[in-house]
Amino acid sequence: MNSPRERILSRLKASPRAAAPLRPDWIPPSYSPAERKAKFKAMLEASHADVHEVTAAGWPERLKSILADKGVGNVVYAPATRAGRQLAEAWAGGGPELLAYDRPLEELKEVLVSQADAGLTTARGGIAQTGSLVLWPTSDEPRLMSLLPPIHIALVEESSLTDSLAETIRVQGWAGGMPTNAVLVSGPSKTADIEQTLAYGVHGPKELIVLLIGSESP
Amino acid sequence: MAADAGKLEFGAKAHVALNDPKLRANFRRAMDGLMAKRTIQFADEAEWTSLRARGAMVRANALARLPELLEQLEANCLKNGIQVHWAETTQEANAIVLGILEAAGAKTVIKGKSMVTEEMHLNAHLEKHGITPVESDLGEYIIQLAGEAPSHIVMPCIHKNKAEIAELFHDKIADQPYTENVDELTAAARKALRGAFAGADAGISGVNFAVAETGTLVLIENEGNGRLSTTLPPLHIAVTGIEKVLEKLDDVPPLLSLLPRSATGQPITTYVNMISSPRKDGEKDGPKAVHLVLLDNGRSRVHGDSELRDTLRCIRCAACMNHCPVYTRVGGHTYTFTYPGPIGKLLTPQIEGLDCAGDQPHASTLCRACADVCPVQIPIPDLLVRLRTEAVRPTSPDAVKGAGSSATTGETLGWKGWTLLYGSPLLYRIGTRMLGWFGNLMPSSAPMLKQWTSVRTKPKFAPKSLHELAREKGFCDE
Repeated sequence: MNSPRERILSRLKASPRAAAPLRPDWIPPSYSPAERKAKFKAMLEASHADVHEVTAAGWPERLKSILADKGVGNVVYAPATRAGRQLAEAWAGGGPELLAYDRPLEELKEVLVSQADAGLTTARGGIAQTGSLVLWPTSDEPRLMSLLPPIHIALVEESSLTDSLAETIRVQGWAGGMPTNAVLVSGPSKTADIEQTLAYGVHGPKELIVLLIGSESP
Repeated sequence: MAADAGKLEFGAKAHVALNDPKLRANFRRAMDGLMAKRTIQFADEAEWTSLRARGAMVRANALARLPELLEQLEANCLKNGIQVHWAETTQEANAIVLGILEAAGAKTVIKGKSMVTEEMHLNAHLEKHGITPVESDLGEYIIQLAGEAPSHIVMPCIHKNKAEIAELFHDKIADQPYTENVDELTAAARKALRGAFAGADAGISGVNFAVAETGTLVLIENEGNGRLSTTLPPLHIAVTGIEKVLEKLDDVPPLLSLLPRSATGQPITTYVNMISSPRKDGEKDGPKAVHLVLLDNGRSRVHGDSELRDTLRCIRCAACMNHCPVYTRVGGHTYTFTYPGPIGKLLTPQIEGLDCAGDQPHASTLCRACADVCPVQIPIPDLLVRLRTEAVRPTSPDAVKGAGSSATTGETLGWKGWTLLYGSPLLYRIGTRMLGWFGNLMPSSAPMLKQWTSVRTKPKFAPKSLHELAREKGFCDE
């Protein structure tokens, strides 16, 4: 009984025992495939994100033109991922400068914190109910590339969309093991701390560009 | 508000706040907006009913199994590489955080929004020991610049309007011109804090839910400052109350649906940040060490009372204060302690003691607005009545910290006399007759009467009682 841990736990264990209550039924929403995609897009757009429907082969070219309109000079990318390789190949002949996130943060901090214009990541899934991207950073696709640059570009496959977070947790088997970090992203960084007036890009990206890769080629 | 307002009791501070038109206007505007946005989110009554019933039982389940779940959380965090610390008091928690920072040689700390660290007064503790904490949530940054405490648990600077913030930024941020443009003010904060993020030796955050099943810390936010605070610095310290644990990941979705919708009327926050370990070998970013500090500070005592335990279901959405007719008029600083509004007047006396915060359970009209909107069905008004009772007539000497502290001999005798009088028809008749004759001679400053007459006219006793008048009209007593 001499550590705070033991004292806290022994007090809690001495509390009157109540049977753990049953959790009453609650059914998260579900959608048809067409509704699912429409809801996902509508919710993201309501959160101030730009959603573009793209093809698996054509997205790098499409992205190039989107970024050209915004005057983006460089993009942080993950060179060891499939999407990263595809991007590098497609932009070999021209496009924004590609900055590889291929070293530990400590060697890239200055670039990420103050020089990067945009960062491209994949999303492991999308959630229709709330218009959320499921980011699942890895050693090849680190955490900060979706956070430090003023524009975050996310690639998400339509086939990975689910109706709700509850469904995502189940079908992706989250309970079996969580990564170092996983993030749901539902729009660009925002705040309403000053007189409940919405302002974007307070600390994270000011813009979120979602490239939704169709299930079949149009 | 006057600079010495901190010393006043709730009632006196409320009078000051009620006579501050700017403060009243700032709160009224904000609360009206938050209530309207929440109403839109829960337009579907059936969905609201089933969702909050689920949310309430998810929390009740976690509390029913709290010690086991904390042990499981600890075991899974340790397995994942997160170091776990336990603190009985805020002093212990402050010492633990300081110890971790000093061992790492940290001098500057970037903070995500955390009410538990407010409860600990962590910033003052760190500053005293030569460590600079910088608040990075925009609202927290604003009040840190102003040297104030949060007035709302979700929107800490809600008591300030943009003119006040414009003046503050112009004053405190180098080369910042005066502007009331919210985009420009926000951009100024981003610019000022970017360097602080990059240069911080450590990040400190709170926790919204700690999932025992996987050892995962769930943090929600809109700004990205929480993600930055927990990703960019080499060291992350998360601080949480012991009640924030959940049994499993499946328990997260209903609460995640209730919390932002209740708080700000958003379907979900921009970011839901789930942290399960420090940076692993080969990973390129993220803190190399993650610590979790579990703070008790009286919560285990609250847990020990099966009725008051429901207090600990709270997920800190602030819907209760947004809808409270008292809070919306007097603002958060009137409550003196960290947690204002209905949940504050319920939690604070249990943590600090009824002897020290015993006036708080009385700062309520018991209108039940808080209970109606609470996403986890905490019966706040019923528990406030329980605390009022404990203050004068404890169910047991240590049911609540400071129980019985408001009991006075005069009041106890007064009620004994009342019981006697109402228990005997003869005494009652004599008593009312005497009051009819002599009651109006009583000065309004008489003991016990004066609390009543301080805000009300003294009752005027009729020369004849209702019984006498009825008898004169020929009605029989029987």
